[in-house]
Amino acid sequence: MSVAASDELALVDLLDRLLAGGVVLTGDVTISLAGVDLVHISLRALISSVDTLTEHR
Amino acid sequence: MADELTYAYAVGDLELVADAELVGLPGVGRGIVRILSAGGLAALVSSVDERAFGEEALKQNLERLPWLEQIARAHHAVVETASRRHAVVPLRMVTIYLDDDGVREVLERNGTRFQEALDRIGGGRMEWGVKAYLTPAPADSTPDVPEGAGPGTSYLTRRRVARDRTDEWRAAAMHVAEQVHLRLSDSAVASRLHTPQDRRLTGRDDEMVLNAAYLVEERDAELFRQTVTGWVDQHLQLELTGPWAPYSFATVDES
Repeated sequence: MSVAASDELALVDLLDRLLAGGVVLTGDVTISLAGVDLVHISLRALISSVDTLTEHR
Repeated sequence: MADELTYAYAVGDLELVADAELVGLPGVGRGIVRILSAGGLAALVSSVDERAFGEEALKQNLERLPWLEQIARAHHAVVETASRRHAVVPLRMVTIYLDDDGVREVLERNGTRFQEALDRIGGGRMEWGVKAYLTPAPADSTPDVPEGAGPGTSYLTRRRVARDRTDEWRAAAMHVAEQVHLRLSDSAVASRLHTPQDRRLTGRDDEMVLNAAYLVEERDAELFRQTVTGWVDQHLQLELTGPWAPYSFATVDES
C-alpha cells in the first residue's frame, strides 16, 4: 500500500492535515486567517458542497 | 501598494536558500515560490493577489470548494517537494502576510521555537495516516424467537436482537481500534488523533472509528507499514496513507 500521487490524494485527507496541522503564526503583520475560523469555514464549504452534489444526483 | 501579499508555506534552516530546485516551484494562485531568510531560518513564500487573498475576498473564496481544493493542492505540492529534500516545518494553510518583511519578522521573533520544531520532526521522520472503518456486523444467524409468539412480537424481537448485536459489534470494534492505536503509538515518535471523517466526505457507507496520524522514524517506517497492512480483524478495515510531510506534528508555541 502506498500513497497515491499528489493529485490523486483524497481532498478530505489533505484538509485533515492542512487545516488541523501546520504551524499557526499570527501577529500584527499577518492577515490573521490561520485560526479555528478557517477550519469551520472550510469544512462548511466542503460539507455544503457534498450536500449539493447529493441533491443533484 | 499592497496589491500583492506574501503567502508562506513552510520554514526550514538556511540550507533551503542553497537549494536551487525550490526556487521557481509553482505556488498557489499561479505564484512562483521564492525563499526569504532571516534570523538563521528560511521560509518558502510566494506572492498572491490581494484581490483573491485579502481578508474579505479570502473569506468568500474559502467557501468555494474548487478554490479551496486548488489552494490545498498547490500548498501541499510545495510543502511536499521541500519536505522530501529538507527538514521543514509546514505552516497552516493560508498563512498570509502583508509583505515579505512580515515573514522575516516572524522568523526572527520565533527562531528558537522553529528550531525546536525542526529538531522534533527532522532526521527523516515522516507522518503516516491510519484510518479504521467499522465493518458491518454479520447478519448471518436468525435470532431465536420464542415459540408461539405472534408475527408482530417476533418482528420486534428480531429487531431488538439485531440492534443489540450491532451495538456489541461496534463496541468490540472500538476496542480493537484502541488496540491498533496503542500498538502504532508504541512504534511511533508521536501520535495525534484527528476527528473521524464524516461519511459524506469519505464517500463510504462504513463508519470511520479511528483517524490518526503517527510520526515515524525513517528506519521504522517499513515495520510500521507492515503492522498496519498486516493487521487482520473482522471488525475493522484499516487504511494507510503516507508518508506525509509532518503536518500534524508541526506545532510552535508562539511567543
